[in-house]
Amino acid sequence: MTERVEVTEAAKQIIDQLREEHGELMFHQSGGCCDGSSPMCFPKGDLMINETDVYLGTIHGCEFFMSKDQFEYWKHTQLTVDITSGRGSSFSLEIPLGIRFVIKSRLYSEEEAKDLSPTRSGEN
Amino acid sequence: MSDVKTASANVIEKPKFKDQYENFIGGKWTSPIKGQYFENVSPVDGANFTKIPRSTAEDIEKAIDAAWAAAPEWNNSAAAYRSNLLLKIADVMEQNLEALARAETWDNGKAIRETMAADLPLAVDHFRYFAGVIRAEEGSVSELDSNTVCLNVTEPLGVVGQIIPWNFPILMATWKLAPALAAGNCVVLKPAEQTPVGILILMELIEDILPAGVLNIVNGFGAEAGKPLASSSRINKIAFTGETTTGQLIMQYASKNITPVTLELGGKSPNVFFESVMDADDEFFDKCLEGATMFALNQGEVCTCPSRLLVQESIFDAFVERVVERTKAIKLGHPLSPDTMMGAQASNDQYEKILNYIKIGKEEGAEVLCGGGAAYNEGLEGGYYIQPTILKGNNKMRVFQEEIFGPVLCVTSFKDEADAIEVANDTLYGLGAGVWTRDTHQAYQISRAIKAGRIWVNNYHNYPAHAPFGGYKKSGIGRENHKMMLAHYRHTKNMLISYDKKAMGFF
Repeated sequence: MTERVEVTEAAKQIIDQLREEHGELMFHQSGGCCDGSSPMCFPKGDLMINETDVYLGTIHGCEFFMSKDQFEYWKHTQLTVDITSGRGSSFSLEIPLGIRFVIKSRLYSEEEAKDLSPTRSGEN
Repeated sequence: MSDVKTASANVIEKPKFKDQYENFIGGKWTSPIKGQYFENVSPVDGANFTKIPRSTAEDIEKAIDAAWAAAPEWNNSAAAYRSNLLLKIADVMEQNLEALARAETWDNGKAIRETMAADLPLAVDHFRYFAGVIRAEEGSVSELDSNTVCLNVTEPLGVVGQIIPWNFPILMATWKLAPALAAGNCVVLKPAEQTPVGILILMELIEDILPAGVLNIVNGFGAEAGKPLASSSRINKIAFTGETTTGQLIMQYASKNITPVTLELGGKSPNVFFESVMDADDEFFDKCLEGATMFALNQGEVCTCPSRLLVQESIFDAFVERVVERTKAIKLGHPLSPDTMMGAQASNDQYEKILNYIKIGKEEGAEVLCGGGAAYNEGLEGGYYIQPTILKGNNKMRVFQEEIFGPVLCVTSFKDEADAIEVANDTLYGLGAGVWTRDTHQAYQISRAIKAGRIWVNNYHNYPAHAPFGGYKKSGIGRENHKMMLAHYRHTKNMLISYDKKAMGFF
């Protein structure tokens, strides 16, 4: 089975660091202007998740969600959460560290596409 | 790094900055309560150039206190008084236009010709527009019957919060500030953490114009300063420009206090060219080519970047060839050089994100027609430069669906009007769109069929005051840049007056 969301070692270290300060965390993939198209990291439960969101998987202990309509355009690609230096804006928790979570994407192979990790509606 | 070299002569002198800036609260430059600052990086060369307060909830509270202290007087001030102060702000901005433009370019990375010709002149005009509007407008009165009169009087909300984006820092702050102040509100404003300096220099210039506490600026990060501002039960409205997840979060925080929100959350704007544009190779066709190349304005960091170029099949190859030629003529260089057409992306993470998108675009099968990688500016090796890039593909590709916020144009074709409308509307967003044709009937029908708040017909990227700007679908709530924004910054007080001396007869 191929996971829909992966995470790099560098990003895992940042998740650990943020978890120490803020407790359990969650990710939501943004869209739109400015810092859109970047993954947002919040304290778990800070962003309300419901049936309009899709759960894509769990990375290093954090659930990863995306809006259902946005997922329709993203579902053929595997996402990897990585970290880069740079001053992003938004309410994402890593920004004060002078770094930003970023998404790297790749297409699934035909073989992989037949056996992807299951998604579920955000309300469950 | 790419080996595409750019060079510029005649670079305007880099502006001088203070080593450290402060918050502006209650009419005074104020250090953040916890005493923390963060480094501000210029995208021009990737180097730190000043320090900015890293404020927290305590500073936001202090600013809201100061705003409420000023509110009784400001909320009840005469429109003529407020109008004159807005005119003074506009005059000071105009007198210092070049200094502000240079600071904005150094902070944001955009080319000086854009800050000089667009950002600052538009901001000056915006203050004047709202100064004028509040002198001329009035409430309304209606006689419901011969004894009953309905009087509608507008009242300011009180104290409002505003969170500003980094792509046009001074102009976007102005779009929010001018209507809020004109309507008689006190403001707590948080600039974007990438680009706070232009707004702070503007505040230094105008600090004596407004009464203390009317305008308060608190710097810091979203999670530490933005969140307490948006969640405060002591603000009467929150305005935000940014992306969808933060927009949703802000609505959620605001919902706890039933605080009204206006949001501008971006788009993936289609720029649609019908075959008649190529009926002649004339002055108008030249304008069309410029219109298609507008994706490179502000390095593509515009919520309405015309990043999807939709071209009718019958002219596709010939038209796209000319657009590629026009795009290749874009001059990259030092952002402070007056002949530079495109400067630096605003931050390193944006730069990385754009390159990641170009990569996934190629992987999805998009053909690179020009550009396709980073650019290099001699002497500015740490800066964040990207070549204007054109990708040919189809509307289902991720590069056609997500706002890259970089100089990346995605091109595809359409068969006929129905197909054009379908592809143009196949997006989660609806902020802007362009329609280009020599057929006036087509111009009207297509414009009405595209679900977006702003349709530029035979032009693009004009933002004059008095033309309302805002989104359909996931692009947001509200219409800025027009007097109708005043309605988002005030209440309507309805006085229902009876001139009938007789009882109603119920009790």
